[in-house]
Amino acid sequence: MSSDWPLWEVFVRARGGLDHRHVGSVHAPDAGIAIRHARDTYTRREEGVSLWVVRSNEITASDPSEAEEMFEPAASKIYRHPTFYDLPDEVKHM
Amino acid sequence: MYTTELDKKAADSRVVEVGIDDPQQLARFEARVAADDFIEPNDWMPETYRKTLVRQMSQHAHSEIVGMLPEGNWLTRAPSLSRKAILLAKIQDEAGHGLYLYCAAETLGVSREQMIDALHDGSAKYSTIFNYPTLNWADIGAIGWLVDGAAIMNQVPLQRTSYGPYARAMVRICKEESFHQRQGFELMMHMVNGTPDQREMAQDALNRFWWPSLMMFGPPDDKSPNTERSMRWRIKRDTNDDLRQKFVDATVPQAELLGLTVPDPNLRWNEERGHYDFSPIDWEEFYAVVRGEGPVAQERMQARRKAWDDGAWVREAAASYETKHASARIAA
Repeated sequence: MSSDWPLWEVFVRARGGLDHRHVGSVHAPDAGIAIRHARDTYTRREEGVSLWVVRSNEITASDPSEAEEMFEPAASKIYRHPTFYDLPDEVKHM
Repeated sequence: MYTTELDKKAADSRVVEVGIDDPQQLARFEARVAADDFIEPNDWMPETYRKTLVRQMSQHAHSEIVGMLPEGNWLTRAPSLSRKAILLAKIQDEAGHGLYLYCAAETLGVSREQMIDALHDGSAKYSTIFNYPTLNWADIGAIGWLVDGAAIMNQVPLQRTSYGPYARAMVRICKEESFHQRQGFELMMHMVNGTPDQREMAQDALNRFWWPSLMMFGPPDDKSPNTERSMRWRIKRDTNDDLRQKFVDATVPQAELLGLTVPDPNLRWNEERGHYDFSPIDWEEFYAVVRGEGPVAQERMQARRKAWDDGAWVREAAASYETKHASARIAA
């Protein structure tokens, strides 16, 4: 049994108006310390204005080996894209 | 999920021992890597790829951590408040770099504890350069200029290494290394423009750190049996000798700018090759340091273990604080 502290994934918002983005992970016994460690580890040079931490084992991920089936339907439904529709040139900027 | 959890890892490693790479999976993997695709944590990968990466990344992380020790020795003796603040910031970066790399390595199913234990019991290696002593203040400049300079040569191509988490960690690290090298060179500039004694200290630091810096790139290509496979899998993007040559070519003019003499009587520009020629490296010394016989190898590990043991009470306090609050939450 490992005595490592639980793992937390770290997300940083670089500045207002942008999404939080995954940057890495830290070990910490609780959320408060995870935030402090995340600050010291990932934002020493003003890389962000906001931090999220979430326990790694609370994340459910899709299976990479099933990526093809999982994302294939998007490719076959080309009518979901605006370029599928052929419009006369007179209709500008639609 | 980004990071492999520990209990899953136990199951993984059992599979490893009996499993042989599936040829179809292997072919698909090789094709992806050859097309410069990135491999991510839960993607299929050959076991040797995983093992090579765990070794390389954990060694890299250990080097960042151990690298703090020779610099830490000089914190209280920095000649000015500004130099002290700079050195402190650099040391904090090294800790950060170690943490980026440990967490990237953990995505391959090795735990932080296993890696730290391997460092402390001596079974894991770290860069040979840190087993040389830092004897005078100019050594701090030489480390930034030469050691971080050599690290940058090595790390810049690794930003395109095939394993995604490693490549991303390298991007962050490279951004920060530039500060390390520049502050080192600037420190050397102050030393060579100072008193004759200071100048002598700068030359002495270059004399001692030159050859160990060249050794940082690892054994020569003909003694580096795994290079070919690591290049094919895009774990490495350049050979040891190529990077070493690049470093010499970049650094010699910098030494000239400082007015210092590189300690190699055979160093000269080869017009035909378009590179500097330099003396053969004393590989016996390199292998001795790899075996743990470096001048201060034992001191480094003692200092590292002491720092870890001395910090135990902090880790324990944080853990029991969390336990107390967790049980309060359950009770509420």
